[in-house]
Amino acid sequence: MFEIFGISSQALFSLLLLGAINGSFYAMMSLGLALIFGMLNIINFTHGAQYMMGAFAAWMLLNYAGVSYWVALVLAPIIVAFSGLVLERLFLRHLYHLDHLYGFLLTFGVSLLIEGAFRQKYGVSGQPFQIPDSLSGGTNLGFMFLPNYRIWVISASLGVCLAIWYVIERTRLGSYLRAGTENPVLVQAFGINIRRMITLTYMLGAGLAAFAGVLAAPIYQVSSIMGANIIPIIFAVVVIGGMGSIMGSIITGFVLGLIEAFTRLIYPEASAVVIFVVMVAILLIRPQGLFGVRS
Amino acid sequence: MSRLLGIALLIVGALSAPFFVYPVLLMKVLCFAIFACAFNLLFGYGGLLSFGHSAFLGGAAYITGHVVKIWGFTPELGLLTGAASGAGIGFVFAVLATRRQGIYFAMITFGLAQMVYFAALQLPFTGGEDGLQTVPRRALFGLLDLSSNVSMYYFVLIVFLLVLCAISRIVHSPFGQVLHAIRDNEQRAISLGYHVHHYKILLFVLSAAFAGLAGGLKCLVVGFATLTDVYWHASGEVVLMTMLGGVGTMLGPVVGAGLVVGIQNYFAELGAWVTMIQGAIFVVVVMVFRRGIVGEVIPLLHGRLGKIRQNATTRIPLPPAAAASSNPAEKTALPAVAAASSVKATDGTP
Repeated sequence: MFEIFGISSQALFSLLLLGAINGSFYAMMSLGLALIFGMLNIINFTHGAQYMMGAFAAWMLLNYAGVSYWVALVLAPIIVAFSGLVLERLFLRHLYHLDHLYGFLLTFGVSLLIEGAFRQKYGVSGQPFQIPDSLSGGTNLGFMFLPNYRIWVISASLGVCLAIWYVIERTRLGSYLRAGTENPVLVQAFGINIRRMITLTYMLGAGLAAFAGVLAAPIYQVSSIMGANIIPIIFAVVVIGGMGSIMGSIITGFVLGLIEAFTRLIYPEASAVVIFVVMVAILLIRPQGLFGVRS
Repeated sequence: MSRLLGIALLIVGALSAPFFVYPVLLMKVLCFAIFACAFNLLFGYGGLLSFGHSAFLGGAAYITGHVVKIWGFTPELGLLTGAASGAGIGFVFAVLATRRQGIYFAMITFGLAQMVYFAALQLPFTGGEDGLQTVPRRALFGLLDLSSNVSMYYFVLIVFLLVLCAISRIVHSPFGQVLHAIRDNEQRAISLGYHVHHYKILLFVLSAAFAGLAGGLKCLVVGFATLTDVYWHASGEVVLMTMLGGVGTMLGPVVGAGLVVGIQNYFAELGAWVTMIQGAIFVVVVMVFRRGIVGEVIPLLHGRLGKIRQNATTRIPLPPAAAASSNPAEKTALPAVAAASSVKATDGTP
């Protein structure tokens, strides 16, 4: 044990760890939002509800179906992705030709429906979610105690984010996706089913939010308001980063998680608003966002 | 003639209403009607979607409550303070949010409103989770006691009518016409030499001031200010009221406010079902009913059914600000939009 700025290394590093964890949720969520916005031109307000549904799907699978954590980690995002498929096919598809504020308002309405339903059934208090046995416990590094589950969350989300970055920037499918974002009509003329690409993108974004939800479940409890709490922060992250680049979303997410943690260390009262303060500062200095392109 | 009759009926109805319906409910409806009209001024006539109007409603409610309860202001001074504080917060919002357009504008106002929420949660004078309780109504101009619900109702009604007149005046003034031009074609308004940025900020401040007035009035009516009004659900509700009643119509927000507050009131025991009902209404309105109730009814009254059907898809007053940013998804489909974007293209090139 040693001290930095009068704070024990244990406290400092566990705050940093918490920052990195929050940052990994912000990164996954804002990445999904940016992907959806790129392809559908819609800001997906349902993102928070999908995050919450992911956590609940895993909780239900664990408690009602008795499946293992690892199966739930795969199944829950798939379930939510398919609910996203239904949402896209039934509703969003019919709004693409309108102003995209309508897409925003529709997804807002859908999130009210979903969150209202879960609140009706489960209230607002959190349901505990057990850390799987294989990830419980931790390692003592000498200067701090490192819980295994937290390391798993950070590495899993980093892995998923980088995998998505790789798929989009380096594979053929990704090149179709980028081309579709750029000029859908031309891509369609080359014989690529752009409508299917749009649907798949929405499913991917929804699944990613759900994956973040499952990872978050043991750290925060599973509750019907967890999505409503995170969505304003995610929007601020998106404004700060700008939705232009994949890597930009990932980096912005992690950095803001760390900034939030540092604020908690230095001036705890401001930790809830620091991300919005950063948003204001960015708007004043660089309105298009850190990684945004000036139109 | 029938128009005069209609107005006369409305006046009689409004004057006699507190003897048939619980006055506090009516006053709540009127407060939210002012709130929705303020939002509609910005969204319907200016094409700017603010998702942070709860900050003005809730923020002004706290400030009005504080000055009336602690500093002993009379109600009319309290309301003016509320409107001024709404305008003040609105100015900060406007300067920041107008740096981006379209959907970013909505997200920025959303984020800023969240800051106001946390401020209301933590500042000493707001009472935190408990809110600001037992705010007295006091006497209007120090003379006219407002503690009875019926006299308060008439006061609220007068304020509501004044706000409606003011908004109508703004919309139909030269200023309003410029706003119309900016909403429909921002690039062209800029090229005509208008300081579009200033117009947007001024409109936002006006809207925020009326929203603040609504918040202050609501605080006096119910006697408390709580976190509910400053939480982002209130921002969503005002969008719902306006959309349901009819965006860009003078009376639409009033109808919408009546329906939404009515639903909240009559289904209050059902708990979270209210949220689900609101969500469902939102979905229905956005999918099939984008002109809103008044937007659908007015043309019917005028008997121009054939014409409306033709224009049904294009007549919705929504911002070109959003459409101006490039929109790939639009390009995938539908000729109607192709036409719209080709219009945009011709604006850019001489």
